[in-house]
Amino acid sequence: MAAPLHPRRRRRRLAAAVAAVATLLPVTACGGVVSGDRAGTFTTMGYSMGDTLATARVDVARKVLGTTRLQVNQGAFDEQQFLSAVAAGDPPDVVVMDRSLIGGYAARGAIVPLTTCLKDRRVDVGQYRASAMDEATLDGTVYGLPDSYDNRLLLIDGKVLAEAGDRVSDVDTSDWQGLSRLAKDLVRSKDGKLTRIGFDPKIPEFFPLWVRANGGLLLSRDGRTAHLDDPRTVEALSFAVSLIDAQGGWGRFKALRDTFDQFGAGNQIVRDQIGAYPMEDWYVSVLGDVSPKVDLHTRPFTDRRGRPIDYTSGYSWVIPKGSPHPQKACRFITAMTSPDTWVTAARAKARDIRKDGSPYTGDFTGNKVADRRIHDEVWKPTGNAAFDEAARQLYAAQDHAFSVPANAAGTEFRKAWQSAVNNVLSGEQSPEEALDEAQQRAQSALDRGNTERE
Amino acid sequence: MSSTATATRPRGGHGPTRALRTGRQERVRRWRASWRRRETRAAYGFISPWIVGFVLLTAGPMLASLVLSFTDYDGIGATRGVGMENYRQLFEDPQVASSLLNTLAFTVLRVPLLMALSLALAMLLNRVGRASGFFRTVFYLPVMTPKVAVGILFLLLFNGNVGLVNKVLGGFGIPGPSWTTDGNWVKPGLVLTTLWSLGATVVIYLAALRNVPEDLYEAAELDGAGRWTAFRHVTLPQMSGALFFTLVVNTIYSLQTFDEAYTAFFGTANAQTYSHEAALFYVVYLFQQAFQFMHLGYASAMSWLLFAVILVITLIQARVSRRFVYYEGDTR
Repeated sequence: MAAPLHPRRRRRRLAAAVAAVATLLPVTACGGVVSGDRAGTFTTMGYSMGDTLATARVDVARKVLGTTRLQVNQGAFDEQQFLSAVAAGDPPDVVVMDRSLIGGYAARGAIVPLTTCLKDRRVDVGQYRASAMDEATLDGTVYGLPDSYDNRLLLIDGKVLAEAGDRVSDVDTSDWQGLSRLAKDLVRSKDGKLTRIGFDPKIPEFFPLWVRANGGLLLSRDGRTAHLDDPRTVEALSFAVSLIDAQGGWGRFKALRDTFDQFGAGNQIVRDQIGAYPMEDWYVSVLGDVSPKVDLHTRPFTDRRGRPIDYTSGYSWVIPKGSPHPQKACRFITAMTSPDTWVTAARAKARDIRKDGSPYTGDFTGNKVADRRIHDEVWKPTGNAAFDEAARQLYAAQDHAFSVPANAAGTEFRKAWQSAVNNVLSGEQSPEEALDEAQQRAQSALDRGNTERE
Repeated sequence: MSSTATATRPRGGHGPTRALRTGRQERVRRWRASWRRRETRAAYGFISPWIVGFVLLTAGPMLASLVLSFTDYDGIGATRGVGMENYRQLFEDPQVASSLLNTLAFTVLRVPLLMALSLALAMLLNRVGRASGFFRTVFYLPVMTPKVAVGILFLLLFNGNVGLVNKVLGGFGIPGPSWTTDGNWVKPGLVLTTLWSLGATVVIYLAALRNVPEDLYEAAELDGAGRWTAFRHVTLPQMSGALFFTLVVNTIYSLQTFDEAYTAFFGTANAQTYSHEAALFYVVYLFQQAFQFMHLGYASAMSWLLFAVILVITLIQARVSRRFVYYEGDTR
């Protein structure tokens, strides 16, 4: 057995052990990641520099940060990452997130009101599209400025319609019976498998569009009362699901949809896998890039009274609670969403696209002034009738926009109606049952969110 | 200095004798005595990183979640005590019940299938001979595949229209179901997908098979036992320890299943849009409550309910196993 250690040696050993533990602890606890110098760095979350438009905007807006280094943490917004960062008191300076999440985070104080920021910077809030601001405004307080703005319009494959003896004007969303007939006319199957979707109502994601077309709303304008069990909502869901059932049912429908080469030269329009469907405007740009010679037609989505409606959504810039540089964050997000930044970036993007011989179909920013200047100063007819018409349709659609208003339940509200639609599509519930259940869940989440807020 | 001598020396000449010491005092004395040994201190030194990790990263968060389960914490604001309210709500929330049922159904489907297939593969590997090392590696490789990739793989392989699984079934004249959209087939599809990584269980069974004494088979053969009888009365009892271990581990894994279902049905904005209630497993719902709905207090209560469920199931398994599991050196 070893002889006992001399007290001095014992103390030295103890000191070494303490030092070793003190050194190892941060490594084991933090996985070896050491925080950078936050004072001299301005960080973003949820923003990706995936194209020229995004890169050029950052190049313009970084100038307002002066000597502070800009660190763009690329990648999609991650709810867990964001919540953990805010809870730990170590949030990024600014965040880009889906506008449907803003109300939920605002109600819980995870993001800060932009009232002072907008006032100090003398920003004209009226320049932003009302439907984008509705999604980012809770109880009259603005929490986000639009970073993107997605419109929905009808995309039609002229070749598919001609082959079936139908005309583009037959794609009329105000005539629901006619739409059912058209869908059945255009759909094709082979060996028990669906090979072409006639008309895709794009539910669950575009369900608010069908509700609005039927004269209803999913949520009251103040964002406090759910209308999921409203008869107009139930009727809209019943009709949209009946369209899918008439074309072979959800299983076969979704299985074909999942095989679309959406971003490739062999996309669903090129391969005639779909007759007509409502779609976001960014897809017109994709088609212009990968298949400019496609027989594309575009029409506005109309309600049952024949009036154009444009369901919009998108992303917005917000400032999280505890942002290390709130003043600079305000300057940065107002710069990123200003008309000058958008126009400079749109010019760079148009130049890039035209260099490849593809049509530039315009950009829709959520900022009215920027949209008008891009239309007047950057966009010009390309000579490709299909894409020029699409751009005209999109600019015309702007005045008929609506969105689902911000609400204190945020994700919970969206999940409630989406689950209801999915349950009906999979045949597990009737539209009435599913929407009744969803109404209870949604209203309970709204009430809880509003109570916590007050 | 002898620790034994120290231990047996009566304190102050009038202390209690060794025979009269209580069990607790005896245990403390033994621990103190062993601590004086250099090897013991070294052993504690070596395991200390794990102990520190366990306390900080497992025990600490567990304790914190227990405390949070009695609050309405949303991850941002201050916590407010709500007593047993979160636990009461667990029994009123229909999605807790449905997600728990989904998880139990997944477990009941997955664990026996995984164990049977792993055992069959291990027995085949045991007969391969020289090339067994190669095949063992081949079977184990899928375990290294990220589970997120497996979730994506599910959507590709099980697509009702062009998926490989339905193409193979179609080759036999069987019309494949809509695996990703039909509520009756979502769970079986996910079960089949997770079997992709059965290599870990195969390796355990193979090791157990190699430990079965050859003379037991020879004795059985002399007694006229056929292959099935030898398997039933020699192989299975000899492997029962390994079978029980994999039963417990895979049951716990299945009850905590998350990655594949989350990636396929809930991981992206697009996937969330088409999320299927049949794939809403308990931990997926717990994650939604915590990080999407910001009900961290409620999610903490959910985690303790799952802990209780796993504990009860494991205790039942341990109790039942006493009748079936044979350990070497066991006198029963």
